[in-house]
Amino acid sequence: MGALRIVMRNARVWKKFMVSSLVGNLGQPLLFLLAFGFGMGQEVHPVAGYSYLQFIAPGLAASAMMYSAAFETTYGSFTRLGTQSTFEGIISTPITTTELAWGEMIWGALKGLLAGGIMLAVMPLFGLWPSLWALALIPVLFVAGIFFAAIGLIMTALARSYEFFNYFISLVITPLFLFSGIFFSLKDMPAAARLVMRLLPLTPVVNLARMLCYGEINGTWLWQIIWLLLITLAAASIAPPLLRHRLIK
Amino acid sequence: MNTQSLNFAKFTLNSANIILAARSLQKTFGSRQAVRGIDLDIYQGECFGFLGPNGAGKTTTIQMIIGLAEKTAGDLRVFGLSVPQDLVKIKRRIGVVPQNDNLDPDLTVLENLLIYASYYGITAKHIRPRVDELLRFFALDNRRDEIIQHLSGGQRRRLLLARALVHQPELLILDEPTVGLDPQARYLIWQRLRQLQKNGLTMLLTSHYMDEVSRLASRVVIMDQGLIVAQGKPQQMIDDMVGADVFEVICDEREARMLAGVAAACQARAEIMADGIFIYTRNACSRLDSEIRSLPQWLRRPANLEDLFIKLTGRSLRES
Repeated sequence: MGALRIVMRNARVWKKFMVSSLVGNLGQPLLFLLAFGFGMGQEVHPVAGYSYLQFIAPGLAASAMMYSAAFETTYGSFTRLGTQSTFEGIISTPITTTELAWGEMIWGALKGLLAGGIMLAVMPLFGLWPSLWALALIPVLFVAGIFFAAIGLIMTALARSYEFFNYFISLVITPLFLFSGIFFSLKDMPAAARLVMRLLPLTPVVNLARMLCYGEINGTWLWQIIWLLLITLAAASIAPPLLRHRLIK
Repeated sequence: MNTQSLNFAKFTLNSANIILAARSLQKTFGSRQAVRGIDLDIYQGECFGFLGPNGAGKTTTIQMIIGLAEKTAGDLRVFGLSVPQDLVKIKRRIGVVPQNDNLDPDLTVLENLLIYASYYGITAKHIRPRVDELLRFFALDNRRDEIIQHLSGGQRRRLLLARALVHQPELLILDEPTVGLDPQARYLIWQRLRQLQKNGLTMLLTSHYMDEVSRLASRVVIMDQGLIVAQGKPQQMIDDMVGADVFEVICDEREARMLAGVAAACQARAEIMADGIFIYTRNACSRLDSEIRSLPQWLRRPANLEDLFIKLTGRSLRES
């Protein structure tokens, strides 16, 4: 219950900055879709049976989810932790640090889901029509949103300043964006590289997004979901105690 | 203005009416002992003043009460419940006015109160009458839809107070409630706090402003370096430990030494400063009087809490 009150609080603030927040979260993946899908896509052979635009669109929706969730619980949560002392005010009430952490993670996941969902919703503008299976992406994007929000919150619990997040973005988020099978098929990679990339946390989301978008489910879906659930469980159980450690002396 | 109507939850008390009891309470940060074993009792309906220089352990003690810091050792009970086991229950009944302004800057006055009430599980519908009452009480009625960023310092402080009272707490904790405010803004807050006190609300107040503590607190403790160095009723403590009147004299070293000699003969305590002397008297002494009156720069005033504070904690700066 406490976690939901935190979600409501964040939603109330977000409503006031909705437009700028959405532009910030969606600008990049949409521009990528234009530049690579439309622009470069004309020069690229079909990948795994899809046009290049078709190939990258679902993955870009997954990346929009990742960016939105991870940014919310780094820059957003850190502002509430530090500059505004919002967290201190919250835990002076009956809300516990665990409820606070879950509120932040659920909120980050909801923002991730919204960003990913909007990317999927605009696909028809590019001539891409998702199948009905795409509805099954809602829980997938939400769970993955919890993962990335938890990772972001862990960074916030460890960060001493905003500069710390530069490492996180450059060394974690950007590599995940580039090497999780959004832009090229992992099938053609050398075996060792392929294994590493398959274990990256965004990869199962990209694969599931592509399968469900076009309704072409292959036999790996269960493993992808199990892997995603496992890493989400791990990240979401680490974040609350770390936040507690940061807030309570 | 309707200031009579603020009501507080009625509650049952144990026989001694003790709201908060600490025994041998300790807090250690690494190798630094912030609180070194203190005993405290706060009774229902009193305003309890917590004094001490920077780093004395006041804020750490408050943080332990509201769970922002974990005690290292000792026993802490609030409303008869144990910290930290029953912290969630305890926090339902405590209101906190923090030292740092942690209002939601992007929300309005009204939204801040509604959101905060929701943390206590009170819905917007149920809290509206209470919120209206609080906004009137703290003279924020006409600012209810203003964004926090547009409020003055005094208005923000009053909103922090209103926010701390939304859930009708039985104990209000005030950490430096008027720091940085102009005299008018401070006066308004004091007036409201006295009103709350009259209505039976128990308060724990920390402040650097001795005048503020003298005005509000019925009992004080003075902390220094993690220990309680004195406690009691303010006027009683001043009478017992400082005296009745204080002369502040600006003079050179030779004159100061001469006055110190006269003071000693009159059984008054003297403190020689870099640019003069302070003399704390218990009884009238005509010789001391006439010596001081012959000097150009002097001032006679009643002894106050600040004198006691300085006597107990010294004049050296406490900057960590």
